[in-house]
Amino acid sequence: MATTNRPLSPHLQVYRPQLTSVLSILHRGTGIALAVGTLLLIYWLAAAAGGPESFAQAQELIGSWIGRLLLFGWTFALFYHLCNGIRHLFWDGGYGLELPDVYRSGWMVVTGSLALTVLSWLFGYFGGGL
Amino acid sequence: MSLRSPIGRVRGLGSAKEGVSHWWSQRMTAVALVPLTLWFVAAVTSHVGADHAEMAAWVGSPVTAGLFILLIAATFYHAYLGLQTVIEDYFHSEAAKVVTLVLIKGACLVLALIGVLSVLTLLFEG
Repeated sequence: MATTNRPLSPHLQVYRPQLTSVLSILHRGTGIALAVGTLLLIYWLAAAAGGPESFAQAQELIGSWIGRLLLFGWTFALFYHLCNGIRHLFWDGGYGLELPDVYRSGWMVVTGSLALTVLSWLFGYFGGGL
Repeated sequence: MSLRSPIGRVRGLGSAKEGVSHWWSQRMTAVALVPLTLWFVAAVTSHVGADHAEMAAWVGSPVTAGLFILLIAATFYHAYLGLQTVIEDYFHSEAAKVVTLVLIKGACLVLALIGVLSVLTLLFEG
């Protein structure tokens, strides 16, 4: 039991990155980023509840270039985690576990989340107002 | 009536002592968050640049407020379950693990509460 210094698996620094491993790590990474990003959502709602002044301040902060940059990253993280989460739900049901299917669904997640990110920003700029 | 013996049932709960409940809760909140997230993005992008009056009128309607509360509840439950898994994977000191888990759980509860109360404020005062 006293094997405290044994090597831990997986050896991230030894393996060549593959689509499967990169997407898996990205799922965890975007999950953590989204958990931190909830701070922004709650700040926005609390500012709206606080009244016109605090809401205007929040809108200004979120609308600044750094706010938009954060929000853009957050949008991609959200769509990536959503798409890859659906991929995980299919795996939980026992579907798509053959290696060619895993790669196909992986690329679908990459293109799907990028497309949804761009589409929602286009909609935000040209569909809703601003 | 289950035909399994008590020892069999206890063993079925596994080393986590809670069976599949964590796994199942994470999947159920994930399923709930699929439509809620799509609604959230569509709704927010169509209210870009709204002023306070528009925001209050929008969030202050019962359907929007209800969807926001469901979104907040599912999000923070799902986030806690996910963060718990990450912490249990990477923290090797038992004391640091427990302290971090309690802090994260507290933060999730406080943030969820602030979110829900903000939505209710907009519903009843906005």
